[in-house]
Amino acid sequence: MKTLVLIQMVPDLVEELIVDRDGTRLDSYNTHWVINEFDDFALEQAVLLKERQGGEVIVVAPAMEGVEDVLFTAAAKGADLLIRLNGDFEGEVNNHSLARQFFPFITQLKPDLILTGVSAHHRHDGALGALIAALADLPYIGYVAGVTVTDGKAVARKEYPGGIICEMEVQLPAVLGIQSPDTPPRYVPISKIRQAMKTAQIEEQEAGGADLSGGVAISRLIQPQASGHAVMLEGDLDQIAEKLVAIFKEQGVL
Amino acid sequence: MVEMVTQEAPPLIRTEEKLKSCIQCGDCSSICPVGYLMDFPPSKIISALRAEIYPRVLSSDSVWFCVACSACTAVCPAQIPVTTGLMTRTKEELLMEGRVPEELKKALESTQRYGNPLGESPRKRTDWMRGMEDRVPLLGNGRSETDILWYVGDYASYHPRVQAATRALAELLHLLGVNFAILGNEEYSDGDSQRLAGEQGLFEMLAEKNGRVLKKYRFNKIITTDPHAYNALKNEYPRLGIVYPVQHYTEFLAERLEALQPLLRKPLGSTITYHDACYLGRVNKIYEAPRALLAAIPEATLVEMPHYGANSLCCGGGGGGMWLDGFHWEKARTRLSEWRIKEASSVGANILAVACPYETPRFEDAVKTTGKAEELTVKDISELLLDAIR
Repeated sequence: MKTLVLIQMVPDLVEELIVDRDGTRLDSYNTHWVINEFDDFALEQAVLLKERQGGEVIVVAPAMEGVEDVLFTAAAKGADLLIRLNGDFEGEVNNHSLARQFFPFITQLKPDLILTGVSAHHRHDGALGALIAALADLPYIGYVAGVTVTDGKAVARKEYPGGIICEMEVQLPAVLGIQSPDTPPRYVPISKIRQAMKTAQIEEQEAGGADLSGGVAISRLIQPQASGHAVMLEGDLDQIAEKLVAIFKEQGVL
Repeated sequence: MVEMVTQEAPPLIRTEEKLKSCIQCGDCSSICPVGYLMDFPPSKIISALRAEIYPRVLSSDSVWFCVACSACTAVCPAQIPVTTGLMTRTKEELLMEGRVPEELKKALESTQRYGNPLGESPRKRTDWMRGMEDRVPLLGNGRSETDILWYVGDYASYHPRVQAATRALAELLHLLGVNFAILGNEEYSDGDSQRLAGEQGLFEMLAEKNGRVLKKYRFNKIITTDPHAYNALKNEYPRLGIVYPVQHYTEFLAERLEALQPLLRKPLGSTITYHDACYLGRVNKIYEAPRALLAAIPEATLVEMPHYGANSLCCGGGGGGMWLDGFHWEKARTRLSEWRIKEASSVGANILAVACPYETPRFEDAVKTTGKAEELTVKDISELLLDAIR
């Protein structure tokens, strides 16, 4: 089985986010990029499937700051083929353009399963997986929390409110938007990543031009504004504790 | 016959020869403060290795109880390096298999990504010195030389509680007129606790990064806030070719007691007990300097706990324990820090003095969970000294 994992980088929320002067995007100088957590989950799910039933895991990621480390870490986890997609991904990008740039890999590589994170916190135009599935005319299931594959079919597990678990069967090839893998992503020791840096190769491919059509235009990007909904408790520690207990009782927590 | 020890040899192989000298006295397992919680305490691991059933050891995750306090190593009559050669190596085996408790994994990944286990931005490493920039010189930006390079460390830089102690030490250095500077945002985690949690590769990567930064500057000596950083710089970095004279801040201040003493005028009127940090005391034999500093505080009585000196009890934060609180509590419903607080309380102390950045937050939590908040205060020695000055 051939599994294609599509990864994108997202702004690192550990760093302070600064809005660019034009007011519609983040200041690129101050933005650090990290792997989208849901894409990391998708990678883990792909590696788990490979460990259970063999096959090949191919990872494609747009060329951005830190992406080599992400790809080598993927190799250390068990990815077989690493592809860096060269292009301007720190400028104007949305999920529609990214889907169009990822789509050729589906026709070229003919994967059985395409996994990607169910969402990315800096995108505003829907789920990447759903857009790719539409372009490739493949079925899509989003918010997947565990996958098994048998006889050319995947069973995707989804979680609903109230503790309800749903299992959906889908004919492969298919695209799945991963919310969480069967088990949390594994830790990869530095020594294994360094080993991967020595042995694994990153293939490079040029991305097509960015076609942003279908996405949303951002008119204004602003920091969250402080609103008047918070109640500040005044007084010394004992008075504050007393007021807090009264609020807890009023809300039925105590 | 001279035993050949190569830098490349993995710890377990280096230990194997020594393991043959184990007399199975069981002292290592008996003295281990968490040995009773382990499926395979140290002596049992050695037995498993001898019986060639070591994979059974790896079937259990109970080695994560080990806080690398080095009590087993100190007590071993055959001088087997039990902590680093056996326990850490076993953790390393689990780590290589990816079997790492989630909270430890997060700390290790944060260290990989940000250079500190707290997952904070490297750019915020100097946030603790806000408002005292005039008293804490930074290397870089034109300054490349200092007498004393203060390696501040992770928790001293980032942890909100520990930052207060860090600021106190900065004030003390300033008051003593020490020509010092810090690395600021160029500093990386020393990596010692990550090493003792089994992540040798990460430790070496951090050491290389710190080594490259240190090489840029000229200084006469390094002082550290953290006993783990002190241990790394003194005992581990030289193995990687990074060799500098290093002192823990308590040693450094104790050497300047003559200048410090006249400043200590304010009586504290307290009964103080001192907690020997594992990597200051047992591992590096620094027992007197912290006590000399505390003895210099006017109207303070120093009392010892049942476990002190080489027989001190770990706070529970070493060897990755700092990032395994949930694991320990979930499996054992007990905390070493609480045990220690009960000891401090039992000797009538109203101040527990510490000299390790792991300990202030750990013991302050334990003071609350044991209901001792009314009677016992936890303070870093640097804070106590400053209290006695102002």
